[in-house]
Amino acid sequence: MIISLVVQAAQMVLVIALAPLLTGLVRKVKARLMRRQGPSVIQPYRDLLRLVHKDAVVAANASWLFRVAPYLVFSITWVAAALVPTFASGLIFSWSADLIVIVALLGSARFLLALAGLDVGTSFGGIGSSREVMIASLAEPAMLLIVFTLALLAGSTQLSSIVEFMLTSAVGVRVSLGLALVALIMVGIAENARIPIDNPATHLELTMVHEAMVLEYSGRHLAMIEAAASLKLLLYVSLIACVFAPWGTAPATAGAASYLVGMLAYAVKLAVGGALLAVFETVVAKMRVFRVPQFLGAALMLGLLGALLLFVSRSL
Amino acid sequence: MSVEISLACVAVLLGTAVFGGAAPRHPATRFCVYASCFGVAVVMLVAAARELVAGAAVPSSMTLPLGLPWMGAHFRIDRLSAFFLVVVNLGAGLASLYGLGYGRHEHAPGRVLPFFPAFLAGMNMVVLADDAFSFLLSWEFMSLGSWALVMAHHREPENSRAAYIYLLMASFGTLALLLGFGLLAGPDGAYGFAEIRAAHPSARVAGLVLALALLGAGSKAGLVPLHVWLPLAHPAAPSHVSALMSGIMTKVAVYGFVRIVFDLLGPPAPWWSMVVLALAGITAVLGVLYALMEHDLKRLLAYHTVENIGIIFIGLGLALAFQANDLAAPAALALTAALLHVFNHSLFKSLLFFGSGAVLVATGERDMEHLGGLIHRMPVTAFTFLIGSAAISALPPLNGFASEWLTFQAILLSPQLPQWGLKFLVPAVGGMLALSAALAAACFVKAFGMSFLGRARRPAAAAAQEVDRWSLAAMLVLSLLCVLVGIFPGLAIDALAPAIRDLAHGARMPVQSVDPWFTVIPVTASRSSYNGLLVLAFIILSASLTAFTVHRLASRAIRRSAPWDCGYPDSNPITQYTAGSFAQPIRRVFGTLAFAARERVDMPLPGELRPARLAVQLRDLVWDGVYRPIAVGVGFGADQLNHLQFLTIRRYLSLVFVALVFLLTVLALWQ
Repeated sequence: MIISLVVQAAQMVLVIALAPLLTGLVRKVKARLMRRQGPSVIQPYRDLLRLVHKDAVVAANASWLFRVAPYLVFSITWVAAALVPTFASGLIFSWSADLIVIVALLGSARFLLALAGLDVGTSFGGIGSSREVMIASLAEPAMLLIVFTLALLAGSTQLSSIVEFMLTSAVGVRVSLGLALVALIMVGIAENARIPIDNPATHLELTMVHEAMVLEYSGRHLAMIEAAASLKLLLYVSLIACVFAPWGTAPATAGAASYLVGMLAYAVKLAVGGALLAVFETVVAKMRVFRVPQFLGAALMLGLLGALLLFVSRSL
Repeated sequence: MSVEISLACVAVLLGTAVFGGAAPRHPATRFCVYASCFGVAVVMLVAAARELVAGAAVPSSMTLPLGLPWMGAHFRIDRLSAFFLVVVNLGAGLASLYGLGYGRHEHAPGRVLPFFPAFLAGMNMVVLADDAFSFLLSWEFMSLGSWALVMAHHREPENSRAAYIYLLMASFGTLALLLGFGLLAGPDGAYGFAEIRAAHPSARVAGLVLALALLGAGSKAGLVPLHVWLPLAHPAAPSHVSALMSGIMTKVAVYGFVRIVFDLLGPPAPWWSMVVLALAGITAVLGVLYALMEHDLKRLLAYHTVENIGIIFIGLGLALAFQANDLAAPAALALTAALLHVFNHSLFKSLLFFGSGAVLVATGERDMEHLGGLIHRMPVTAFTFLIGSAAISALPPLNGFASEWLTFQAILLSPQLPQWGLKFLVPAVGGMLALSAALAAACFVKAFGMSFLGRARRPAAAAAQEVDRWSLAAMLVLSLLCVLVGIFPGLAIDALAPAIRDLAHGARMPVQSVDPWFTVIPVTASRSSYNGLLVLAFIILSASLTAFTVHRLASRAIRRSAPWDCGYPDSNPITQYTAGSFAQPIRRVFGTLAFAARERVDMPLPGELRPARLAVQLRDLVWDGVYRPIAVGVGFGADQLNHLQFLTIRRYLSLVFVALVFLLTVLALWQ
């Protein structure tokens, strides 16, 4: 009991400690690919530290929602990220939320952030919120259809059970899994506001979505939102890793050795995932905002196709 | 015992209606009417809840010497009616509480006070009725009561049109139910529900009855394409009545459907569920798309009722599919999901309509494009409306999520179904459910953001004041219930179990209250589980921990300044995003398909001084495709028949003779 609580706590600390590092790694690899030196991989930690120590400048007509939202967004994303298996599956609180709940929790965080974007009543906040909910209204159903595909295969929506199923030899190579993987990557890119959907490094550009929504934030509030964005990226990389590359993940009742192996494997997976994302972001161009529905519509159809194939035959 | 109490309560409500009609102008009358409705609702709520949780094995029933002379009027409370009595009277009690304050602003109380208790009595009688005759009579009574309330502000031209369309649709629905019950009763006229239940109709008759029940109950509930009256009529009534019509009366319609299809009709055929699921999926998505295009706060909420009815019918359709294949446990899960969503929707829809009523009282506006910034001036209303918005958007850890999560779990059990049609339909319906949930969240970001956040767009919104204590109390109770059901859904599921067991032939979901920490486990723990309480506790803990750490160790200073807006802040509130501009991206994605949406930019020529204009044209394809042709056809037919008015007496007599010969010929051929 104590040990499992410690492992769960370690997971919570681990995700929050590693999230800025992953963001820094992606930035570094991108910079190197563009033949730039780039900031150090620990730059996001410095940014966050600097931001929390600054005064928060809040618009005069901002309501309590504006000030509460960053903390809630951060904590909801944190709880969601802590429920995805990273180095070990079957953590003690994993039964309190299945994959559908995790997706919906991210929806709650986005709901609050979109409202906060409208709170001050500026045109940039409005454009950001409006486009964010448009993207989410397609990405969320696509994600749920991916969840359906995984759940139909594993016979469970519980992430720990899915990971255990993926580790067995019964899985094999399946068409539906391939479709789900492609769709999940597309959804992950859209949800994390990465290129080609949105550019996390841009300001003052009419195509920006997420950055426009949080434009009014500063100081510790902005730090919370940046940390939440890093956590969300970590969550998606962990999710893809734990479902499609579950090797090394420690089972529910394991010793210290397998936890150590799990940690190492997880670090490798994160590094590979981050590097792949950086490569992908470097080779594609940002698309117009009204091309996004086609991109996400494709993800939705892939998810639906994956689920349909499993309804037709369990072996596909 | 409880049926006697309930009928006595209905009698008190009818007495209150007469009293309300006697001296409507007197302020004490208003207080007495709403207080009496509140008291009656509380008594019935307690009686019904006791019947549901700890009712006797044999349902209490009673026959009154009213109605058809050879039969009398039968009334009965089984677990299903007890559950719906809980829904009806919880909503009715809180609407009465809200009415205590809201009714003060009513300028024509004589058009509300007599009909409000009568409407409540009608809804209760529908649920209590145990024969077709009393059921239909109560159903019509309920329809007419609510119609009178829709007509309360009849001088506004929109309202009388809404009431006219409502009346037409209500009569059409009742006609369908009348025919359905006629088929069920058979040639011997066995109208009692007990006799109908014992007789099993042939497959063809049963299918016909299902179609008629879908038309009759579906038109009252708001299934697409029978939903057209709902967004017109619900907002036209005073707000506490809108809450009752949208939150409660649609649930009485769901009760009618469940009673006929699950209880009276006998074992279902697999194709029934396909029809129900397809209609339900389309209803859920179209309802929320209509809502997104809508800028009138109350009408937006009414369209969301259409969406949620779709979600409820998805659960019912799944239950039919499972029952047709003798999968009792999954059927119980799907039914639980549907009935839990019935309860949840009655909570948050009433809450949201109360909130919109409060906004209407405070600003005189229903159009979101004229509101803004109300969170500063109406903090309690804004907070409760936020809870309601999050609940209806199916966000954890609130109650709307719990029931939609159960529906998803039921969908995931459906690969067991052998029919190919269902194998293709169910994943598509699952996708539609997910799409409608995501779009609902977008829509409520718009509704809450435009009304309560930002800056006031009109002076009326800038001068708004918080509403009275009665209204606030009703809204606070409802938002508390939304949170409680969200974090303890297991208790609600267990309370529902007796009603489910009657419908699902003895099957029920596993007992939830034995699970540790109020976890919900629909099938087995390794398959899926959800714990709203722990999720909420984790969120609150980590949020307060973070806020505490940051405030303590880093900075807690706040500087207020003008908005940043990338250096171009504009003090004119017109430069804010409006509801129309907020929905524009979604309109571009879905609008061309669902509404044949067109945008036309009117650019002035160089040198012209008039402003450029953007006009958006949306077409209601259901109205244009289904109702307009019918209306044109009826008009054409009436014109043709008009000639009959000006015939000579000879021709009339010959017409009568021809008709007689025709009927006799038909009779002779029939025999």
